[in-house]
Amino acid sequence: MSVAIKANRLTPYMFLAPAGIILIFALLYPIGYMIYASFLDWSPSQRIGQAEFIGFRNYVNLWGDEAFRESFWVTIRFAAIVVTLEMVLGVGLALLLDRNIKGMAMLRTVFILPMMIAPIVVGLMWRYMYHPTVGIFNRTLKNFGFEGIPWLSDSTWSFIAIVIADVWQWTPFIFILALAAMQSLPRSALEAAEIDGANEWQKIVMIKLPLMMPVLIVTLLLRLIDAFKVLEVILVLTNGGPGLSTEILALRIFRTAQEFQELGEAAAMSNLLLMMLMALTIGMFAYSRVQEARLARQRAAVEKDAD
Amino acid sequence: MADLKLTKIVKSYGDVEVLHGIDLEIESGEFVVFVGPSGCGKSTLLRTIAGLERITAGTMEIDGRVVNNIPPSERGIAMVFQTYALYPHMTVYDNMAFGMRLAKKSKQEIEDRVRNAADILQLGPYLDRLPKALSGGQRQRVAIGRAICRDPKVFLFDEPLSNLDAALRVATRIEIAKLNETMPDTTMIYVTHDQVEAMTLADRIVVLRGGYVEQVGAPMDLYHKPANLFVAQFIGSPAMNILDGSVASASSGKIAVDVESGGKATVPIAGAGAKAGDAVKLGVRPEDLRIAGKGETPIVNGTIDIVEALGEVTLLYVQVEGHEEAVLAKLPGYHQVERGTAISLTADAEQLHLFDSDGQSMARKAEAKEAA
Repeated sequence: MSVAIKANRLTPYMFLAPAGIILIFALLYPIGYMIYASFLDWSPSQRIGQAEFIGFRNYVNLWGDEAFRESFWVTIRFAAIVVTLEMVLGVGLALLLDRNIKGMAMLRTVFILPMMIAPIVVGLMWRYMYHPTVGIFNRTLKNFGFEGIPWLSDSTWSFIAIVIADVWQWTPFIFILALAAMQSLPRSALEAAEIDGANEWQKIVMIKLPLMMPVLIVTLLLRLIDAFKVLEVILVLTNGGPGLSTEILALRIFRTAQEFQELGEAAAMSNLLLMMLMALTIGMFAYSRVQEARLARQRAAVEKDAD
Repeated sequence: MADLKLTKIVKSYGDVEVLHGIDLEIESGEFVVFVGPSGCGKSTLLRTIAGLERITAGTMEIDGRVVNNIPPSERGIAMVFQTYALYPHMTVYDNMAFGMRLAKKSKQEIEDRVRNAADILQLGPYLDRLPKALSGGQRQRVAIGRAICRDPKVFLFDEPLSNLDAALRVATRIEIAKLNETMPDTTMIYVTHDQVEAMTLADRIVVLRGGYVEQVGAPMDLYHKPANLFVAQFIGSPAMNILDGSVASASSGKIAVDVESGGKATVPIAGAGAKAGDAVKLGVRPEDLRIAGKGETPIVNGTIDIVEALGEVTLLYVQVEGHEEAVLAKLPGYHQVERGTAISLTADAEQLHLFDSDGQSMARKAEAKEAA
């Protein structure tokens, strides 16, 4: 009898087990491995068992590493700038294109094309366009009698160049999500606002944007997480240069492991990046939790009134 | 405070015309209900008055001013939507204050008007709640409150009770009726598909079908003198029974009709051109039918199919030969009758309605002729 009950209780877990096992091997094992590796002085010529355990020295080294701090700063600047630009442009476009005009479906499809192109290809495309002599930008500038811009050879311009490429590729992501959010807004509330005398701008600022806020915040966080991990486009465009001006963290990690052969230190960097992203994700969940909790409290209050 | 004049209002969506030249005048302070089956254009008509839909042709006047090209906010209207249409991210107070803030009213005035509306609708305790934390009935009251705050000349209701459950619907209906009494100068236009709401609330009812006005009149006029078969069957619940028949003889002042089930009826209306042999339809309301006594000529002969005893009334569904739908009789009190027994029903001659083969009321035609 009690055995049967026990078996019953275990049944759901048995069904969950295969997924759980895959999760452990595919997700937790690599992360655990990485965390362990970050405490080692480990070069690719050694097996992991031969590497020397050095505790937190990798992290301490990172703290004092000028190049890492620079790269960390570049990453934060890059993420903040591109995500801000993409949010403004994406939401703006969605507000503009949220109407039923002939050909709009086609236009929307064209808008999201950049997102579908492989990042490596995007990087190559933009490298050709930024080319100092044969690239389309400088040729056009020269045709109009201006000086060419040192797109990829000047440290300020190369940062601008990667920002432009990223904004070009990822604005559509914000655009589609914002458009979807906008189209699910309650029509009648907007009509009520019209009767209340709100003009188009007031409708956007006072009704549409606040109502879209939950979706926009999630979109922002998703984009932010992605922007912190960007690699391929920048690898192809500038390879982090000139100097360290465009060396974002992912690239720094890649080079630390690949060129400097410091696997332990690369792992430590990855861990820092992971912790940062984790903080963002937890922030995202916390936000929605707080929202839900507030609603639940108010609902409970209503039910209490009803009693 | 405001009268409305609609002249030849046409509304088309692309090639599809949904309102076909509506003419209507509504007096200041009147409570007018647009009623009709779904797709009849009643909501569209209301939305054209609100200005949420532009009219394709015709003129719309509010208070003597043509408003064809005037935006909703400047028409002096307020609207209550079926789905409440509250601003979900604003508190009850802010929902009601929104329009006034846009209009740059003073803080004190906003406060006064919101408190006043909240008092009328007993929303005081909920002013700093979000709409999500309110029940359906409370939300609709907030929507009504928001409309009151606009101090409109014309109050528009678009099926405001449809999303509420039955008990709340009755309560809110009474509240709207009271509101109408407290704002005697405000014109109210109310759209519904529910004829009970129409009958109980309206000073005048506008019955719409397929984008045309079928009849306009006071509730009791529509009930007693429907202009045509559609109105006859739409107004009143359960619906009027319609029986096929033919004119046996027509003289000045009355028409004798042979009814399909072998019954006979004499309807006291002027002939109006009817002649023997004309196909007609005889209408009789379930509540006007009674069991034929000895010596009375029955109008309907049939067998009882279903008996529904509700206590205060008994509903009899009578199967009549050659007639597809059962004829329904609503008899007061409790009647012990068996299924399958034969029954003969009759009604007072004054309660009968007669329609010609086009479905137009013959009594109305006769009246028109007399007037001419």
